[in-house]
Amino acid sequence: MSTNEFNSTPITPELVKEHGLNEEEYKLVLDIMGREPNINELGIFSVMWSEHCSYKSSKKWLKTLPTKADWVIQGPGENAGVIDIGDGQAAIFKMESHNHPSFIEPYQGAATGVGGIMRDVFTMGARPIANLNALRFGEPEHPKTRHLLSGVVEGIGGYGNCMGVPTIGGETNFHASYNGNILVNAMTVGLADVDNIFYSAAAGIGNPVVYVGSKTGRDGIHGATMASAEFDDDSDEKRPTVQVGDPFTEKLLLEACLELMATDMIVAIQDMGAAGLTSSSFEMASKGGVGVELWLDKVPMREEGMTPYELMLSESQERMLMVLKPGCEDAAKAIFDKWELDFAVIGKLTDTKRMTLMWHGEVAGDLPIDPLAEASPEYDRPWEETPKQDRIDPASLSGKISHVDALKTLMASSDLASRRWIWEQYDHLVMGNTIVRPGGDAGVVRVSGTNKGIAATTDCTPRYVMADPVEGGKQAVAEAYRNLCATGAKPLAITDNMNFGNPERPRIMGQFVGACQGIAQACITLDFPVVSGNVSLYNETNGVGIMPTPAIGGVGVISDLGHHATIAIKRDDSALIMLGAATGELGQSLYLKTIEGREEGAPPPVDLDAEKRAGTLVRELIELGLIRTCHDIADGGLLVAVSEMCLAGNIGADLHLPESGSEVAWLFGEDQGRYVIATRDPDKVLNAANSSNVAAAIIGQAGGDAISIDGKNKIGLAELRDLNEGWMQSFMADAT
Amino acid sequence: MKSAVILFPGINRENDAIAALEQATGTKPTVVWHGETELPNVDIIMVPGGFSYGDYLRCGAMAAKSPIMRAVADRAKAGVTILGVCNGFQILTEAGLLPGALMRNASLKFICKNTHLKIENTTSRFTNQYGKGDVVDYPVAHHDGNYFADEDTLNRLEGEGRVVLRYCDANGNVDPATNLNGSQRNIAGIINEQGNVLGMMPHPENAIDPLHGGIDGRGLFKSMVEAVS
Repeated sequence: MSTNEFNSTPITPELVKEHGLNEEEYKLVLDIMGREPNINELGIFSVMWSEHCSYKSSKKWLKTLPTKADWVIQGPGENAGVIDIGDGQAAIFKMESHNHPSFIEPYQGAATGVGGIMRDVFTMGARPIANLNALRFGEPEHPKTRHLLSGVVEGIGGYGNCMGVPTIGGETNFHASYNGNILVNAMTVGLADVDNIFYSAAAGIGNPVVYVGSKTGRDGIHGATMASAEFDDDSDEKRPTVQVGDPFTEKLLLEACLELMATDMIVAIQDMGAAGLTSSSFEMASKGGVGVELWLDKVPMREEGMTPYELMLSESQERMLMVLKPGCEDAAKAIFDKWELDFAVIGKLTDTKRMTLMWHGEVAGDLPIDPLAEASPEYDRPWEETPKQDRIDPASLSGKISHVDALKTLMASSDLASRRWIWEQYDHLVMGNTIVRPGGDAGVVRVSGTNKGIAATTDCTPRYVMADPVEGGKQAVAEAYRNLCATGAKPLAITDNMNFGNPERPRIMGQFVGACQGIAQACITLDFPVVSGNVSLYNETNGVGIMPTPAIGGVGVISDLGHHATIAIKRDDSALIMLGAATGELGQSLYLKTIEGREEGAPPPVDLDAEKRAGTLVRELIELGLIRTCHDIADGGLLVAVSEMCLAGNIGADLHLPESGSEVAWLFGEDQGRYVIATRDPDKVLNAANSSNVAAAIIGQAGGDAISIDGKNKIGLAELRDLNEGWMQSFMADAT
Repeated sequence: MKSAVILFPGINRENDAIAALEQATGTKPTVVWHGETELPNVDIIMVPGGFSYGDYLRCGAMAAKSPIMRAVADRAKAGVTILGVCNGFQILTEAGLLPGALMRNASLKFICKNTHLKIENTTSRFTNQYGKGDVVDYPVAHHDGNYFADEDTLNRLEGEGRVVLRYCDANGNVDPATNLNGSQRNIAGIINEQGNVLGMMPHPENAIDPLHGGIDGRGLFKSMVEAVS
């Protein structure tokens, strides 16, 4: 292809539309360029201004999220967030969606989502030490659900297991609103030294721009644009835009990058994720305030005949772009040679503040950097508040089912059934530092060579967010906070993965705005800032959107692993104590949905001050060694929480009903800010709660091999375990 | 006491192996890169788990042809204690140092969980710290741990006491219900004819610390140390 050819492709209105740019945006393109763009340049505008890369609908609201705390080293805006965890070490983490590709090709979509998020973390100099995920699938009865679940889990495992990074936690929901748009959100937590963190701002005019990793192929071209549009019935045809992952190459890339990072040769580094070479080169140049000249014919290519357009837009995986200090090329190349990876100098930094694309000595494109990277369109989209719903009155329940039958139904439901089938397919033990395995409140890994632990969790209750975006946003953050406290970890920061429908609909935009408001309130009160995140909009098929799903990934630190808690009741535990006030909130509860068939009502309100007091108390009790058993009360309410603790420890319990009030609301209400703890020292716990101004009550005794309520409504643990473990096993039997 | 850990591209449990060897021997093992042709003078060699060469072609097939494996084979012949775990077991079978092959799990899925194992041979240099009929608890984490060998080989292994570990339940019952991955005769680990090379799928190196949830794996490393000291 010669320069003439680049310029001979006519830029028609249809071509502009195919590139996802509307008329106004194209006018802005013409203004910025001062002329008609050529096809290469149009492609670059298309991906850079896609919703996925530019955050044009969400930016206004993301800016309102709290991002600061004393321990935050790097907030949003880099590849991942960085927090100080003491002793000169930092935790680097982020969660990112791969929703659209995973629906089209579940194995590769999920696998490359995991690969991408790990690159975001190790590009900053951190070794990944834990993976988590947050998954949403359609209703179990939907014909695609089993196939998608099977492929996604295999893809996550296939990539993470091969990388040798333990997958220590996550969450999975099923709901009809995800029938046409599943959500696959992957999170990675990495560990780095505070004084050896790498950033993406390019610097040093004349410094070499270096490409490392896999060769570039034609896969994933326009993936970012695809991820910024709704689906329709023909979405399967988009399969070629899904990338193909190679975890072995990424493992080599990880080791090679960390080896290079131990030297002093790197100025800046950025992984090539969505929008590939385009996005990485523009971001590095924009952040550093420099220009770049790229020699595209020097890019390692997987196939012959590739064009500049394809090279700039390819989303081939396992690639990195670096700026090296001058004269370091040979020494750096030797490291990549050892790991048998491509290494190519493909350009240099200039003082032009322009991106100049060269192709065999001819100019294939020439664009100003800042207007593209920084001055992308930003919309203040109209939004509508979600109408509030009434609180559910327990008197409105049919009450035709016994408590034990309700428990059995809930524990065997798709919402609460054990996820063991999923997490046993993930290597959750590799690295030898897994202290709390999946299936509890948060996963915990030890910081190698220390007695310190990092706890991590992913949380969101979409049905709450749907009913009340503000309360739901608060709840997602509060639950992450609670899950960390329940292990004994001090919650430090979150990453948010905002999954919503089409923001051009005011109702959907209102969900986004409300969720941001709720998240912000919770972050402030709980001192739990946002340090990284990702937005996935247009999760709609044929005009039907998903439930709003702002998935929160929380990270905390346990200073001494000698004092941590798990959900399993231990042999010496006697009394069960509920911390936090029981108010009997049945709105949007799983009891109401599963037993009464009603998905309605106001979700449980979140009292953030009470949340903070209870969380602080729980951590103190764990640090003092007064408790080793703790579980938060969430989906399904108190009886479900106690059942999970009994099953995990294989020890039964008898609960004592309060003297008055609705039994169902007490047993199954999903009131927030609560924990169940088990202890041999109830008096000390009650006293501590009293002085911390946290409601506390003994609710039962541990022991035996059954769960009962005041001696009645008895069910054996073996039977309950079969129900709880059996649902997903049989649901997924022979799934392909 | 000196030990070495062999590192192939794609191996990912090398640090777990290093931690276990260091705990048992008191000295950090030497890490030997696959492209080397010579091994240092060591008492114990460990081939750790992971996905050497991405498990492409067949698990362990490419690593088995690495330059260092010639040196490993020489040491095997010379009687040096060699432990291959998970991918290491696959590599040792592909290299012909142990009989049989590891096929895809019967479930066709990756399995990561703790499993009970029956110690079938308490005199081997890998299991001398355990008692007859002991049941231990180690994790597994593999996709291809389904042990296969022809009937003659299996009978020979059994006859010579070379089946060292079998999948079982907490009470030591070995039957199809306790067969984790479809392995023939529930075999989880075997030794070579000389008795100095053990290949096993489970991970004793992930059961060496109370924070792991158990320390049953220590016995296996301690056995090797006892045997060679």
